[in-house]
Formats: sequence, C-alpha cells, structure tokens
Amino acid sequence: MTPTLQLFLVVSATLFSIGLLAALSRRHAIFILIGIELMLAAANLNFIAFWRFGPQPQPPTGVMIAIFSIAIAAAEAVVGLAMVIAVYRHYRTTNVDQFDQLKG
Amino acid sequence: MNSAAFVVIAILTLAAALAAASLPKLIHAALNFAVAFIGVAAFFFLLGAEFVGLVQVFVYVGAVAVLIVFTILLTRRDVQDTGKLSWGGAIIAIAVFGGLLWAIRKTPALSIAAPQIEALTVKRIGGVLMTDYVWPLQCVGLLLTAALIGALILVMEDREEG
Repeated sequence: MTPTLQLFLVVSATLFSIGLLAALSRRHAIFILIGIELMLAAANLNFIAFWRFGPQPQPPTGVMIAIFSIAIAAAEAVVGLAMVIAVYRHYRTTNVDQFDQLKG
Repeated sequence: MNSAAFVVIAILTLAAALAAASLPKLIHAALNFAVAFIGVAAFFFLLGAEFVGLVQVFVYVGAVAVLIVFTILLTRRDVQDTGKLSWGGAIIAIAVFGGLLWAIRKTPALSIAAPQIEALTVKRIGGVLMTDYVWPLQCVGLLLTAALIGALILVMEDREEG
C-alpha cells in the first residue's frame, strides 16, 4: 500500500495543530515563533502534496508557491527574532505576559 | 512511493515537532525544531520535490535554526519556561485538529494514489522562475531586502539612544 493524499494531509494537519498548540499556550516569545514556523511548514507540506497528487502533467505551481512561502517565512523569522531582541533590551524578559506596553 | 519511509519520516517529524512545542528548555526545543524541519524536507524528497527539500534544509536548518539559537544565547537571562501548556491553547489546538481531521475524512476525492510524474528538474524550476514567476521573484527580493534593513534598524535603535 502506498501512502495516499489523505495520509499526507493528516500528517500536515497534526503538524499544524502542534504548531498552534506551541503558539497559543507557551509564554516565551521564541516558542511562539517556533510554533508559527511549524504551522508554515505544515502549509508548505500541503502545497507540495496537492501538487504531487494533482492531475499530471501540469505546471509546477505548488512547488513555486512553496519556494516563495519559504522565502517569506525566512524574512518573517528574521524580523520576529530582531523584535524579540529589541523588546528584551527594554524589559529584560522574553515572557510575552510581561510585554504589557509597547511605548518605548 | 515507499510506505515504510513514509511511516518512519512521519513518526520522526511529529515526535520532534511535539518535543519542540513542549520541552521546557528552550535550547532543546530549538534543536528538536531543526530535526522536525529535516523531517519535513524528507517529506518533500519523498514527494518528488527535491529542490524544495534542499531549500528547506538550507533555509531552516542552516539559517533559521541557527538564528533561533543565537537569539536564545543573546536573551539568556530567562531561558526557562514553566513548561506548562495552558488548557485553553490545548483545547483550541485539539478542536482545530479534530475539525481538520473530520474534513479530510469526509472528502472521498482525497484517497487517491500518486500518479506518475516526470522528474521536476532544477532547470525547469529556473525556467519557470525566470518567465512566469519573474514578478513574484522581484517582489520577494524586495521583501527580503526590506526585512534585512528592518531587522538591522530594530536591533540597532537602542544602541544609538543609549
């Protein structure tokens, strides 16, 4: 038995839920970024799986979207981590519960 | 497509992702995050998108994971989390998972096997990037430049003031 599209979607849904769990329930800013990255990876897995199981031959649209999505996720991670460092300089903590005002 | 490889990669990826989401020590979570992304790259290889798998390893394991470890070392004062997952977040995550699983189960069109495809070469990807996707490519270049400058400004601002 070879894996069907359903199995890939189940794996990606599980990965997305784990990322959501990390983003919603941890209090540390870097954990929240890790959760967001896991959710983005789950979305990329869906794009590639739908491209692979779609009717062939077809242009590599899913692959292109995944490549652009990886580039944008990298930019998001860079800016997010820079914000974590900038906020850490002010508050001396990375616990998101204690970032109660953004005024410099 | 090999189903034994699928099972091994799925278990590895999901276990590493769960560890990244739930371990109390941040540095362990960051290393498990790298393992989870290697697993996702292995899925891309399994699905025949070798170039995306390579990009995933270069960008995530090579750059983003190292960046996260750097940030952990720079914000070293509180690397400990309580390690407790809040109930609200867990309930929402389980509800979303249940909803997705229900939708996947209810759709019979999804239980198809993979058709034969011709290998997607890097040459073809490069050709498509330079013809059909040239405007998105330019926009991503602009976005990455803006992110680079923005990150520098965010991190340097304090030093100029103080």
